Amino acid sequence: MSNTPENPTPLSRRSLLGRTAAAGLLATPVVGLLGACATSGSDEGDNTKAEEGTKSATNPLGAAEDAPLEVVIFNGGYGEKYATDVHEPLYKKAFPKAEIKHQSTQAVSTVLQPRFASGNPPEFVNNSGEKLIDFGSLVADGQLMDLTELWDAPSVDDPSKKVRDTVVPGTVEAGSFNGKPYVLYYVSTVFGIWYSGKLFKENGWAPAKDWSEFTALLDKIKTKGITPYGYAGANAAYYQWNVILTHAAKIGGTDVLKNIDNLEDGAWQQDAVKQAAEAWAEIGAKYVDKSFEGLKHTDVQLRQNQYKLALYPSGDWLEGEQKKDTPAGFDYQLMPVPSLSGSDKLPGTAVRATAGEGYFVSAKSKNPRGGLEYMRQMLSVAGAKGFTEVVKAPTVVTAGSAGFAFPPGVASSQAALAAAGKDVFNLYFDGWYKELDTEARTATNELMFGRIKADAFVERIQKRADAIKKDSSVAKFTR
Amino acid sequence: MRHGKYPFVIGFLFAPVTLYVVFVIAPYAQAFQISMTNWRGLSAPQWVGFDNYRRLLDDGRFWQAVQHHGVLLLALPLITIAIALFFAFLLNVGGRSVGGQRQGVRGAAFYRVVFFFPQVLAVAIIAVLFQMVYRPNESGLINGVLMKFGLDPVLFLIRPNLALWSIIAVLVWQAVGFYVVLFSAGMSAIPGEIYEAAEMDGASKVMLFFRVTLPLLWDTLQVAWVYLGIAAFDAFAIVAVLSVDGGGPDGATTVLAMEIYRNAFVYSKYGYASAMGVALFFLTLTFAALTLRLTKRESVEY
Repeated sequence: MSNTPENPTPLSRRSLLGRTAAAGLLATPVVGLLGACATSGSDEGDNTKAEEGTKSATNPLGAAEDAPLEVVIFNGGYGEKYATDVHEPLYKKAFPKAEIKHQSTQAVSTVLQPRFASGNPPEFVNNSGEKLIDFGSLVADGQLMDLTELWDAPSVDDPSKKVRDTVVPGTVEAGSFNGKPYVLYYVSTVFGIWYSGKLFKENGWAPAKDWSEFTALLDKIKTKGITPYGYAGANAAYYQWNVILTHAAKIGGTDVLKNIDNLEDGAWQQDAVKQAAEAWAEIGAKYVDKSFEGLKHTDVQLRQNQYKLALYPSGDWLEGEQKKDTPAGFDYQLMPVPSLSGSDKLPGTAVRATAGEGYFVSAKSKNPRGGLEYMRQMLSVAGAKGFTEVVKAPTVVTAGSAGFAFPPGVASSQAALAAAGKDVFNLYFDGWYKELDTEARTATNELMFGRIKADAFVERIQKRADAIKKDSSVAKFTR
Repeated sequence: MRHGKYPFVIGFLFAPVTLYVVFVIAPYAQAFQISMTNWRGLSAPQWVGFDNYRRLLDDGRFWQAVQHHGVLLLALPLITIAIALFFAFLLNVGGRSVGGQRQGVRGAAFYRVVFFFPQVLAVAIIAVLFQMVYRPNESGLINGVLMKFGLDPVLFLIRPNLALWSIIAVLVWQAVGFYVVLFSAGMSAIPGEIYEAAEMDGASKVMLFFRVTLPLLWDTLQVAWVYLGIAAFDAFAIVAVLSVDGGGPDGATTVLAMEIYRNAFVYSKYGYASAMGVALFFLTLTFAALTLRLTKRESVEY
């Protein structure tokens, strides 16, 4: 029974309960009670009619002008101020009669799961943080609004341009599932290895471009009594599998990652992945502090801020996240993952960059068109500029960060992105198959802290990927 | 007052029974129902019969967790009861005999408070506390001291064969105080004359413990064993907060509740998680029934 977004086949509650009772598991009186409980749902939710307005030049998505709009924002690294101070006023300006209900939370799934289950979801959601709702199952359940119309709508600033042409290439794809866009990833994110510009300058170190330079650099750092490289094993092992896979993509080309995302047979056992795992296992054995496996990401990041750790893999949210703990003059800098050898398919400047921080519109909410319009306002130059000014991070809107003076770390990651030119790639499997992400994290710790070798590393993740491929209850995605 | 009996009884029973059925029995029953579906937590579920249970049989992590419950089930009650009995014995009858009445060791009242202290703390706080104790670098309570003396830090929660025992140690540390108090209560109910008589016959302290205290405490021990056994089926909060990577490294400390949590709230596989919950339900039930049956004895009258 395949369960794809195109053909959702929900069993009605009544027949389900009927069969349950028939199975003799439940006494009849209980059935009535259960009807009121958790699994009741979408069949009732469909009864409410979605609000719709008339389409016009200023309202191309046909949002109802006076319909209320509920906005739920994840209150994490970016806070909620950008929504209350920038995006919501923009929507209010466009639709003065609409009432906006703002809510922020640090546990998205705890707050929203029951609302989805009862068929009364909020219109617009920032689904992020440790307790985000799995995007894959939201899509598989038909809960998300198709964003094609939004991307094809004229942009706020220039009606002759479609919204999709005002954003960084790859933005639409990043939020697409089986070719259909469901999620807006709004913040431009570059991944790499971070170091303190100050520490490097004082010691006369330079960022490494290839592998021999890299190991030589790590040796030099080690003799200084500083831990050369490290990541947090307790909760952030994915920072490291990201490095290993970025490395693999450089060695074998971007198809390596595409095969992994598409659950191709033997995708993890490709030579490039194995070579990358071997190379990084050696780094783990020689240059990583064994105690890091028991630390959380904030602990390890703090050690870097105390100049006890030189190189740390992360995305460019790092600088903002560490703002409170970073000493003056620390000067965050990004170095792309170094290439392995001259026969690499991609140049050393290539980076993994993507749009991060996901937003969606609930298809089963009362005012989904209002949600789409809210996104269109967010993607205007004013919306993007405002966001960047509040949180100091670049958005996917190309014109949004023009002329903005970023702090040193983001400035260096933007420079790396520009230097990479067309050699920018991304991967998706972790958002599509959470179980595979978990397995990759566990295997990465095993590899980097010396309990398994590269062969076993690729083999065990492959095994899990194969199991997911065979599992009919998991919705599959391809790119 | 015969005629008003039934309305009276029903009136008193109705509210609590209804509450109990709605908030306890119904969710339990619903777990069985959900375990037969592939519910992802959002829209209506699809019926899949016993698929989830078949899948459980092949799930290595599930069996790993069951195995850990086996270890916990043996280690936690044994160690806790042994330590608690030892302490309780010392606190109540371990000291000198004063005026024919056996006393505890000197300062028994003080120790009683100290032992009970961990019981006062919330489990989550204990887990956070032990994060500090076990930290693998110089900022850890134990490793900080070790490293001062130039020793290598002990990787308590990181080494796969040490991690589970580090967690068991925390569970024991937390539980002992309660059982010291429980056993103390049991021991104070044992008449002093029995000890007196045994001592006159020349029994040593060790013999007093094994021949007098232990048999007369049997009912209390049985209760303790069942309680600790059920605690051994939980251990969720400690594992979730304390262990690396949620039950790691590589599942070395995982327990069923942890896997249920992961499957439900990380993978959104509520159906599968419910199947695990049902398995856990039956494991706990079997354990309680078996313990009560196996430890059944004639209670000694005194």
